[in-house]
Amino acid sequence: MRGDEQEKQWALLMRAGNAGDVKSYKRLLEQVTPVLRAAARRALAPAGMADTDAEDVVQETLLAIHLKRQSWDENAPFGPWLRAIARHKMIDALRRRGRRVNLPIDDFSELLPDDKAGPERLIADIDRYLDALPAGQRKVVRAIGVDGASIADAAARLSMSNGAVRVALHRGLAALARKFRTEEP
Amino acid sequence: MRTDDLIRALAADGAAPPVPLRQTFAAALIPGVAITLIFLLTCLGPRPHLLALIGDPRLTFKLCITLLLSVLSGKLVTRIARPGATLRSIILMLGIVPVLLIAAGIVELCAVPHALWGQRLIGSNAIHCLKSIPFLAAVPLVSVLLALRQGAPEHPAWAGAAAGLFAGAVGAAFYATHCPDDSPLFVAAWYTLAIVFVTAIGALGGARVLRW
Repeated sequence: MRGDEQEKQWALLMRAGNAGDVKSYKRLLEQVTPVLRAAARRALAPAGMADTDAEDVVQETLLAIHLKRQSWDENAPFGPWLRAIARHKMIDALRRRGRRVNLPIDDFSELLPDDKAGPERLIADIDRYLDALPAGQRKVVRAIGVDGASIADAAARLSMSNGAVRVALHRGLAALARKFRTEEP
Repeated sequence: MRTDDLIRALAADGAAPPVPLRQTFAAALIPGVAITLIFLLTCLGPRPHLLALIGDPRLTFKLCITLLLSVLSGKLVTRIARPGATLRSIILMLGIVPVLLIAAGIVELCAVPHALWGQRLIGSNAIHCLKSIPFLAAVPLVSVLLALRQGAPEHPAWAGAAAGLFAGAVGAAFYATHCPDDSPLFVAAWYTLAIVFVTAIGALGGARVLRW
């Protein structure tokens, strides 16, 4: 798919996602991830950083996309917004690791998506941050993310109300993003 | 937690639609401006015979230029909250404000005898102006910075400066209804200085609170 076509598709998915359509939103996140991964690896490799570092940046970028999704103007093109967020997070990651790098991410369309995440890949940072969350938030994020439980399943399993699960999930994700930003990698 | 796991958690959280940024700005600004209006009425009070003076060209210019700066810098703030948005056109439009101010200053210099230039420039109470504009700008600045936290400004200090410019302009627009000095020379000197001060405070605040 050409870059323009793909971005139009993403804009459609994002518009549906911002209206609360979970399926479209999940598809959007799944589609941007390989592209973000390729961009992160290309940006971080010259700084001598491993693919695991790149995966940390991908996760941090996904969190930012999610928590800042209201900052996308539905009538504006999606590509510039996505690239600006990705660039911001990559520069941030490089700086935090003590490297000063200029990286122009002007065009994602020339990047081939990189699907080789490897399910067994060790993701160091997010697990460490997850462990530091309050117990309630940690359990909810794990149940829904790792075990694939629905909101209702998680509520039943943890004897919480659906509303309390939703609140804990949202707070847990926001806290994860904060830890990515503020803790030493 | 693998990236796929994270996506699952994010998607589940996506069931609740986010609050649109426009709504966030409105919710922050309406009370912010209302409180400032109360401050103006209780602490400073409008100028006597304000309505009778409304046709006066100097007073009209003073009110219009501060309102114009408020509107344009408000537009800049809502743009700067969105990553990837283009700022060029709004920054070019903001350039109109200093041009108008300089033009009005030149007209004033031509219209007023040389001997009165100094008096018009210094006005009756410049220090009061320097204190009151930041005072009236404080609540709008805090509310705009809070709203900007829901956005994703790429450069926090610059976004904070834009918030400060807007708050300073709003403070100046309110102050303009109180201030007895109408000369464009006075506005160009003291209003500008006060707004620059609020802009700098905004930049310092933005650098601290607008990181994401």
